[in-house]
Amino acid sequence: MLKIHIERCKGCGICVAFCPKKVLAVNEIEKVEIVNEQDCIKCGQCETRCPDYAIFVEK
Amino acid sequence: MNMEEMIDKYFRPGRLPHIWCPGCGNGIVTGCIVKAVAKLDLPKDNVAVVSGIGCSSRASGYLDFNTVHSAHGRALPVATGVKLADPNLNVIVVTGDGDATAIGGNHLIHAARRNIDMTVVLYNNNIYGMTGGQYSPLTPEHSKAATAPYGTIERSFDIAELVKAAGATFVARATTFHAPMLADLIAQGIEHKGFSLIEAVTACPISFGRQNKMGGPADMIKWQRDHALPLAAFEKLSEEQKAGKFPIGVLYKAEGVKEYTEAYDELIAAAQGGK
Amino acid sequence: MSKILLLQGNQAVVEGAIAAGVKFFGGYPITPSTEVAESLAEKLPKVGGKFIQMEDEIASMGAIIGASLTGKKVMTATSGPGFSLKQELIGYACMAEIPLVIVNVQRVGPSTGQPTSPSQGDIMQARWGTHGDHWLIALTPASVPECFDLTLRAYALSEKYRVPVILLMDEVIGHMREKIELPDNYDEIPQAERKLPTCPPEEFKAYATDESLVPAMPPFGSGYRWHVTGLVHDETGFPKGTPAATLAATNRQHDKLYNNLDDIVEVENYEMDDAEYAIVAFGGAARAAYEAVDMARAKGMKVGLVRPITIWPFAEKQMKALAGKVKHIMVHELNYGQYVLEVERAVAGKVPVTLFAKYDNEPASPAEVFAKMEEAFK
Repeated sequence: MLKIHIERCKGCGICVAFCPKKVLAVNEIEKVEIVNEQDCIKCGQCETRCPDYAIFVEK
Repeated sequence: MNMEEMIDKYFRPGRLPHIWCPGCGNGIVTGCIVKAVAKLDLPKDNVAVVSGIGCSSRASGYLDFNTVHSAHGRALPVATGVKLADPNLNVIVVTGDGDATAIGGNHLIHAARRNIDMTVVLYNNNIYGMTGGQYSPLTPEHSKAATAPYGTIERSFDIAELVKAAGATFVARATTFHAPMLADLIAQGIEHKGFSLIEAVTACPISFGRQNKMGGPADMIKWQRDHALPLAAFEKLSEEQKAGKFPIGVLYKAEGVKEYTEAYDELIAAAQGGK
Repeated sequence: MSKILLLQGNQAVVEGAIAAGVKFFGGYPITPSTEVAESLAEKLPKVGGKFIQMEDEIASMGAIIGASLTGKKVMTATSGPGFSLKQELIGYACMAEIPLVIVNVQRVGPSTGQPTSPSQGDIMQARWGTHGDHWLIALTPASVPECFDLTLRAYALSEKYRVPVILLMDEVIGHMREKIELPDNYDEIPQAERKLPTCPPEEFKAYATDESLVPAMPPFGSGYRWHVTGLVHDETGFPKGTPAATLAATNRQHDKLYNNLDDIVEVENYEMDDAEYAIVAFGGAARAAYEAVDMARAKGMKVGLVRPITIWPFAEKQMKALAGKVKHIMVHELNYGQYVLEVERAVAGKVPVTLFAKYDNEPASPAEVFAKMEEAFK
């Protein structure tokens, strides 16, 4: 499923904005968080545009 | 190989996270370079990445190849020396809009003119990011910058047209929104024997976006989505419709132009034959 | 077997470059160094080398840096204005420790100055032209045969210490024609070799050193993938800007040369054994000084010539010793007074130092030098 390297995440929110299923959120410490993994369709939008190599879709 | 494996394979261990600001597109572009190298399965020892100075030029330090973080504007002369001295190396030049088209502008046109086999990935974020947002030759006219508080009155280069006119034999453009296309174009550029330039339109949310009220990182990527058009679709537009839009994809490709290091090998053969 | 030729200094540099195994030259036309580029454009391809005329002086410097990274011996040649333009990348080569040789055939300046007139006005630029604390080597030939020898020596030093070496010529030496005896075949000339790592690639740290303080330098493409940067870096080669890293890098770049001054600094003494007075001169200016010493000796004056062959690092020890030996020193140079500042610093008032500065586009004649010595050493 989704794999997050939290130490690389800078909380820019790009993955959140491009996720078509609202699976992701940026939390109060400005890190990405999976809030709704069951809706993930593995489209890879988050991985494709993450500038920090912090999120990967495991297929 | 999936993206995570690519990052593990082609990035130097322990170098991440990188220095770029939250939402900076440079990481996306650098990821696309890695995808291109992975797609072509180039041996790491045979790849040299030469960069100049600026935000994007820091990419060389992260990548597990033979890498040079050279001086401001000078990536292309250094890359020319590397390539001519050892034509077996695949040379990729990482440079920014200020680095490549202002201080390094002379080198850019001459490297293109020589048609020396290298692939320039020009990270165009429209601004000098590292020094705090001064205007570059690729800052759109009327945009604000730290040195253009009233908006720049200078016209910007169309860098694709410029290097094409100078003699580049492969010219392409994509954006960080179109990251898969960008990776594919970089791979095509590497495969192309000759001077190739891929303009990567990338967002600088901090130093360009803020001053020009472009919203956050995601908004700037959506701006790319909304203003870029595949070349064929772009060409169908009227002049009026083209305003504010730009074409992406392979913009120019010339076949049959002699590559510089090959021409040099012939020169050596002729010089030695004439002994 | 050897051959006897009549060559210009610039041509002797070219022969030295071929003999040293130079395989890459990046240049830009500029008087009075252009013969070096023209001749290497013809000769390098014949030995499988590459010559490229770059779009400007900066680019030619960049190109030789890139070529050096692939393990080649590299050269560029220029004169005053071009030397100024190269300075930023000379600093880069100091910081990244890239072996290369820059020939600077000095001419009158500043600016366009007098392109075809001799000068030694770049003595201080050679040392301090680039920004920041840095150390490099500059050698000054005083004859055509020495142009050949010092070109070889420039590579020996540059490769051994991983440092830019400046062959600081002047127009007198560059354009002068003189007899030179050269080997028929350069194959037997010992080639300077760059230190290569002995560890496997996965253990390699690009700027780790042994007691020599000089890091090994594998060529690009050899399997040792390393990072080259002009930023302050630690032994891994990656940028590190801490005070401790900066201190360590700066000290090492200094010490790798200054711990070895006896190997690097060469000074020729002429008629110095019993000398009570000394003239210090180098390069083209030394030519007249030799003769002036002969003239003085013929008149019974106990004068000798001290000729620094290595201009930088400064011959500190030799000049201090000189101050303990002679009663008076005269420095003769083709500029308003540059090297003399260093001599005065070393001598520190122990004996008088007189300057004979010549900066009117023409070298001094032996008679002029002699007259100045007679006046100074009364």
